[in-house]
Amino acid sequence: MPTVSMTVNGAEVSVEVENRTLLVQLLREQLRLTGTHVGCDTSQCGACVVHMDGIPVKSCTILAVQAADADVLTIEGVADGDTLHPMQAAFRENHGLQCGFCTSGMVMAGLDIARRFPDVDDATVRRELSGNFCRCTGYHNIVKSIVAGAHAMNEAGG
Amino acid sequence: MAQIEYAAPASIKEAVGLMANGGNSARVLAGGTDLLVQLRAGRLKPGLIVDVKSIDEMCSISVNKNDFRIGAAVCGAEVNEHKRLKKAWPGVCEALDLIGSTQIQGRATLGGNLCNASPAADSVPALIAASAVATIAGPNGRRKVPVEKISKGPGKTVLKKGEIVVYFTLPKPAPRSGDAYLRMIPRTEMDIAMVGAGVSLTVDKSGTCTAARVAIGAVAPIVLLVADGAKALIGTKIDDAALNALAAAASAACNPIDDMRGTIEYRTQVAGVLACRAALIAFERTRS
Ligand SMILES: Cc1cc2nc3c(=O)[nH]c(=O)nc-3n(C[C@H](O)[C@H](O)[C@H](O)COP(=O)(O)OP(=O)(O)OC[C@H]3O[C@@H](n4cnc5c(N)ncnc54)[C@H](O)[C@@H]3O)c2cc1C
Ligand code: FES
Ligand code: FES
Repeated sequence: MPTVSMTVNGAEVSVEVENRTLLVQLLREQLRLTGTHVGCDTSQCGACVVHMDGIPVKSCTILAVQAADADVLTIEGVADGDTLHPMQAAFRENHGLQCGFCTSGMVMAGLDIARRFPDVDDATVRRELSGNFCRCTGYHNIVKSIVAGAHAMNEAGG
Repeated sequence: MAQIEYAAPASIKEAVGLMANGGNSARVLAGGTDLLVQLRAGRLKPGLIVDVKSIDEMCSISVNKNDFRIGAAVCGAEVNEHKRLKKAWPGVCEALDLIGSTQIQGRATLGGNLCNASPAADSVPALIAASAVATIAGPNGRRKVPVEKISKGPGKTVLKKGEIVVYFTLPKPAPRSGDAYLRMIPRTEMDIAMVGAGVSLTVDKSGTCTAARVAIGAVAPIVLLVADGAKALIGTKIDDAALNALAAAASAACNPIDDMRGTIEYRTQVAGVLACRAALIAFERTRS
């Protein structure tokens, strides 16, 4: 079996995988980083979004071997110790989650939206979230959270 | 489960060699947004996966004197960031911008959209309207095939064993040209086209159409180039009579399926409507 090496949340890891292993399986089943979720088998729901070399990707739609040498960021790497990242804090303050299943993907998508549109508005967030599904919230508070999180990040200087 | 071999060659030559020797279950992997979904569903059991993302020629965009060259493994998001391409072929760019969500567009490639050979692939009508030509590399060298000649039916292409699409060539548009792509989906996003229409046209100084190409998707087993639709526009100022003739030609070309997204009658009518709307947007763009 091939061994793949990559950086996950700042730490170097080397893992033996099968060629068919998906990045999300490596993260969840081998590294036990279970904050990244699997909500569908059609690459539609976005519960599995992580950043690979700074770009948001659906980790269920990438082979682990394709992520060789990449820099991967998952929800576990977002907070600073016990201090929530401003985007996470915004979800808490704005009631941006109910069951929480979609939340890690939403936060990872939100971080990317904030990076690309620091002054983001509701309409842009809604358009950009087309690849992230939520069964509970009706999206309203997720949109509010991401707008608030992006603005907080902007004020904190990114 | 059977083991899958994986290779990420750095050259076309190596990739073609691997594909040629890899048996019938060898598959090219580009963005994986079709392939890996089919793999997970068990619909596809590749023995060998050839990842083409390490091949420079397939992953770059270049601007030449007379044309643009877009690597088959370039993702849609990258095309949309290319200012000159966006200015020259806004319809092609808007088609790529409709594929999936941000996360999908950062992976999904032009070559994958074409070679997956779905009749509903969004970039294909736009590429056909833009006169795009695919350069294919295989064990016997390279050949060029117009995009409309690639698909043979759902999931089937003219690619022979060992062949890979390397890049697409799009001409630099003539002065006073414009293109557009529109699709109809039952939901507002994240769905597959029920009908798609791509139109490109050129007008002379008086505003009379001198050249046109019309392509419609999701209304037949392959994306159709509608020659009668182009004929309806050429020589006119895209007036109501020309648009009516275009709609009739587009609807007449349809041979759609009936499914949960739309009935045969509905698809046939919408194909005419969308072709007209795309023609009007393309016409508007000839002025900018
Ligand atoms: C959530 C979601 C939403 C989607 N929405 C849309 C949509 O709105 N519109 C749409 O058109 N599509 C949509 N798709 C389908 C898919 O994203 C596109 O078809 C995409 O362009 C495929 O490109 P890829 O690089 O990911 O292809 P891959 O999955 O890597 O490959 C697809 C097929 O083409 C072959 N192939 C790839 N590149 C080459 C090449 N250079 N030479 C020869 N063969 C090759 C592969 O072997 C495979 O059979 C969606 C998919 C998902 C998961
Ligand atoms: S689990 Fe990846 S998109 Fe649903
Ligand atoms: S909070 Fe339950 S799916 Fe979004």
